[in-house]
Amino acid sequence: MSSRRRRCKRQLIKFTQHIARLITGTLSSDNEDEEQESTTLRYHPENLEQLQSQTHFSRQELQLLYRGFKNDCPSGVVNEDTFKNIYALFFPLGDSSKYAQFLFNAFDKDKNGSLSFEELVCDLSVLLRGTTEEKLNWAFNLYDINKDGQITKEEMLDILKSIYDLMGKSIHPRLKEEALRQHVRMFFQKMDINQDGVVTIDEFIDCCQKDENIMQSLKIFDNAV
Amino acid sequence: MAAGVAAWLPFARAAAIGWMPVANLPMPVAPTNKNKHQDEIIILNVSGRRFQTWRNTLDRYPDTLLGSSEKEFFFNEETREYFFDRDPDLFRSILNFYRTGKLHYPRYECISAYDEELAFFGIIPEIISDCCYEEYKDRKRENIERLMDDLEDNKDSKLPNMTFRETMWRAFENPHTSTMALVFYYVTGFFIAISVLTNVVETVPCSYMPNQRDIPCGERYTEAFFCMDTACVMIFTVEYLMRLFAAPSRYRFMRSVMSIIDVVAILPYYIGLVMTNNEDVSGAFVTLRVFRVFRIFKFSRHSQGLRILGYTLKSCASELGFLLFSLTMAIIIFATVMFYAEKGSSSSKFTSIPASFWYTIVTMTTLGYGDMVPKTIAGKIFGSICSLSGVLVIALPVPVIVSNFSRIYHQNQRADKRRAQKVQKAKLARMRISKNGSSSAFLHSKRNGLNQSLELTGSLEEDQHLKKTTSLLESQHHHLLHCLEKTTNHEFVDERLYEQGYLQTALQNFPSQSPSLSSEEGITGTCCSRRTKKNIPPLSATNTHSHTHNLQELSALHIQCGEQHPLNTSRSSLNLMSDESGSLNCKSSGLVTTAIISIPTPPSNNSRANPDAPPPANPDAPPLPNPGTDVVRISAL
Repeated sequence: MSSRRRRCKRQLIKFTQHIARLITGTLSSDNEDEEQESTTLRYHPENLEQLQSQTHFSRQELQLLYRGFKNDCPSGVVNEDTFKNIYALFFPLGDSSKYAQFLFNAFDKDKNGSLSFEELVCDLSVLLRGTTEEKLNWAFNLYDINKDGQITKEEMLDILKSIYDLMGKSIHPRLKEEALRQHVRMFFQKMDINQDGVVTIDEFIDCCQKDENIMQSLKIFDNAV
Repeated sequence: MAAGVAAWLPFARAAAIGWMPVANLPMPVAPTNKNKHQDEIIILNVSGRRFQTWRNTLDRYPDTLLGSSEKEFFFNEETREYFFDRDPDLFRSILNFYRTGKLHYPRYECISAYDEELAFFGIIPEIISDCCYEEYKDRKRENIERLMDDLEDNKDSKLPNMTFRETMWRAFENPHTSTMALVFYYVTGFFIAISVLTNVVETVPCSYMPNQRDIPCGERYTEAFFCMDTACVMIFTVEYLMRLFAAPSRYRFMRSVMSIIDVVAILPYYIGLVMTNNEDVSGAFVTLRVFRVFRIFKFSRHSQGLRILGYTLKSCASELGFLLFSLTMAIIIFATVMFYAEKGSSSSKFTSIPASFWYTIVTMTTLGYGDMVPKTIAGKIFGSICSLSGVLVIALPVPVIVSNFSRIYHQNQRADKRRAQKVQKAKLARMRISKNGSSSAFLHSKRNGLNQSLELTGSLEEDQHLKKTTSLLESQHHHLLHCLEKTTNHEFVDERLYEQGYLQTALQNFPSQSPSLSSEEGITGTCCSRRTKKNIPPLSATNTHSHTHNLQELSALHIQCGEQHPLNTSRSSLNLMSDESGSLNCKSSGLVTTAIISIPTPPSNNSRANPDAPPPANPDAPPLPNPGTDVVRISAL
């Protein structure tokens, strides 16, 4: 209630100011623009040696990555919209915003709404050069949307729906709701050992390590940089 | 792919690790980065000015000259640099395009020189970024129009094979095409002038004799004027009928403004002919003669300026409307005020508010006739405020109208609305082009069977051979999309094929409801010749990933197509490996109905043999053991 009254008073004051300006004829400069200072931060990452020690990348690889990063994000950080736009360029046929959002949340460890170069590079080194256990850890973190240590059926459904959205509309065979649920059911059948309806990290890592397919696929991006 | 995202491709691929645990199929092999050289700086020598950039930067756009191997033609061995004999100033913007991903058009450059440079370097102008695109398009259009004007002057010769009607219409529209048209043009103009003059002179009083009262000339020389009028109307009627005959679309001609003016100009005469004898309606008849003045509008066919004026007024309709509206508001306000202010004074002319309207209008437009003047002090005060504000209110929209007129007159442009529409359409088209570019590249490479080399069991030699045709970036991007397909167990299809695929799914649904349809393949052409149950066992023998079968409902159909389709070659081998969700589009499926696929040349006994010794048993052999048949499998998911 008080906030409303405060707003009312503020608007009244603005109105009288406006009338006064009208009568006296002062040129109303764009005051609103002056108030808006530039809110873009300038952010620069830690130095090369430190990053080299923290990640599995070589010096040249870090240089390459940073040059590309800085080209698109001159301010040094990626915010969620930029990330979504960039990710959308890889999947032109579909709608990648949901999956990009999940990815962003998974990358953004300190939850400050923007990704710095260190966060990206550290995660990248885990994904491309880390052990399978680290990779599975990361994947679990991605699936666990609310980060409570458990993957529920709803979370899995959301994730799968976002992955299917990446494909877009013109796919064959046409996507049916049932196929999605079937996929979720299969996943839980495979992963949920104690059948309690949620998948914890230990179940997840255990099951994945037993599955040859998954182990194989985790290795295919090892030479991505 | 756009710039900059080349740098993000590693992130996107790393993020694809997130799909692995939920995927149930094995992933394709990643394209290897065989020549993993260090990123080097290359030197581009453009007419002496040296530009240096990373090789990666140029590789972002592989379909341009600098991004592809085409630049090797310009490589200078001694100096180890790429030499281009082009304009270095223009090259700046082109190189910036690679660096930033945005192509800018420098305003001081000539448009045709810029176009040539873009064409040389293989960059399509549609990707000019929004900040410079309007300018570019405007200049380009001006250029084209200038060229077209020059051309038109030269190209006024008579085109062959024009019918008489078309010739006539062209003569009407462009009077300078032939002498006949020119003569006609001047004759009609002359008669319009005569007609207008007649109408005017008709009303001038010319006296019979000095001491008699004046009567208008029209009543004195009735026959003369009547003859003149008749002659003019004859000419106008003939002209109208000729135009009507020659018009390519008569309906549209009749609706056009000029023809309506024509009709309105000549109609009073005919009505007058009909109604001459009737005394009662002579009053109305007189009123109708007013419409004869519309003949003056016929001059607009003869004058470009008049047409533009009319067009300006039409396009400034909103400003005129605003002017009118604000004037009306002000008039009402001031009239009310003046009325009440002058109410007190005696013998005041301000008898009512509507009566005050006249005073307000005359004052606001600064006419000041003086037939109504305020007498009270309050009236005088408000009267002065009224005249001051009148100046303001009228002066505001007028410059807008004037500038509009001048702009249109000098540039002779089309309507702003049409231009905005074209810009919008072009923008949508550009977005579609850039969007389709990458997606169609993937589908294209799929269709060419490139992806089969990325299978887990693909052979290495094919790998190397196919790598040369696509750049590493593209192949990595395609690999990413391929992984996505595997994760979701659905495939990307082209939109055209999507429709066909839709038909085929409709087709599938039909037989899947009647699973016991007997296998009557052959010339009768029923669609389901086999149930897969017979085929799954041999397949799973070769297929180590048997759990994939759990995914799919077991109603894959065999459809025998008579023709060989290049798509089948790659796709069926792809199908054999691990993926049964492929769907092939037979050429003959153009004849798909929901029930029957007709088979042009079905081999009768081979088809029976096929399912038992299916091609899948031998992945390396050519997938089509019988040249006459293709086996197409469609699985219903």
